[in-house]
Amino acid sequence: MNQLVYATGQRALFRAGDRIRILERAPVGHYRVPIYLRGKQGLIELVIEPTAIDNEEEGFGRNAGSHRHYYRIAVPLSEIWPDYTGSPNDGLRIEVFENWIERIDA
Amino acid sequence: MSTPEHDHAHAPVQQTAPAGYYEIMETAVRELLIEKKLITAQEIRRQLEVLDSRNPALGAKVVARAWIDPDFRQRLLADGRKACEEVFDISFYDDTQLIILENTGKVHNLIVCTLCSCYPRPVLGLPPDWYKLKPYRARAVVDPRSVLAEFGTEIPADVEVRVHDSTAMVRYMVLPLRPRGTEDYTEEQLAALVTRDAMIGVVPVQAPRSAP
Repeated sequence: MNQLVYATGQRALFRAGDRIRILERAPVGHYRVPIYLRGKQGLIELVIEPTAIDNEEEGFGRNAGSHRHYYRIAVPLSEIWPDYTGSPNDGLRIEVFENWIERIDA
Repeated sequence: MSTPEHDHAHAPVQQTAPAGYYEIMETAVRELLIEKKLITAQEIRRQLEVLDSRNPALGAKVVARAWIDPDFRQRLLADGRKACEEVFDISFYDDTQLIILENTGKVHNLIVCTLCSCYPRPVLGLPPDWYKLKPYRARAVVDPRSVLAEFGTEIPADVEVRVHDSTAMVRYMVLPLRPRGTEDYTEEQLAALVTRDAMIGVVPVQAPRSAP
């Protein structure tokens, strides 16, 4: 029996619970990945379905064939702001496109 | 100024300041798009009608239903967009997804767009001006508790403040806590209590002091 083969980007690379880092890049590039989150670590909370177009590519008029997943990511506010004085439980949620995150090995 | 045909007095409504940089750019781009036949003036006008038809009363109806109907609440939390589309016929003309953020005794949710003014427009209409201005956008993610305090909302230290930065294709709406003392309210009476700011997450929903 043939095994199903999926197109590039169709299947999510990350799963809920994965520890990840939001990438830092130069030049700055995609503004939908806010600068204050670059290099910060977090947890994948949810895989956003369905796949969506890569807005960064779309911004340059390249809007075909670049579908991948967005991920809802949980980052503690104390991770983003080391001098954060609110409750240590306070957190942030944001969606980041697949090619802007990397896995942190446990 | 008041005349028999115009029976209330006010200063003449007129534009006195010259058009700003972005105003001129918007006009230029719009005229070019129409001239190149990429969009029509009718389409622009139609879209303004779509935007104007959305307002916080829609979101309030969704919240009130979620408070009284546990099955709908589950559907809404599972897929906000689908539940709004299927039950309330609220269309998502901007092709965004909607995540409903349920406030609980342990979590208080707050929405912001640090980049611009992403907002659940299909269900709440246009965002308030302060939501689009930099002081709110910057401070909501840096010091949310102080921002909330400025709206008169004090969140206990043992309640997590969860800030949601909507910069991608997902929008959020807060499902506030149902206020105490509203057990006998009808769905319509509940909806009347739910304000725009409560669905942004800057204030709780409050019951009026006297019974309805």
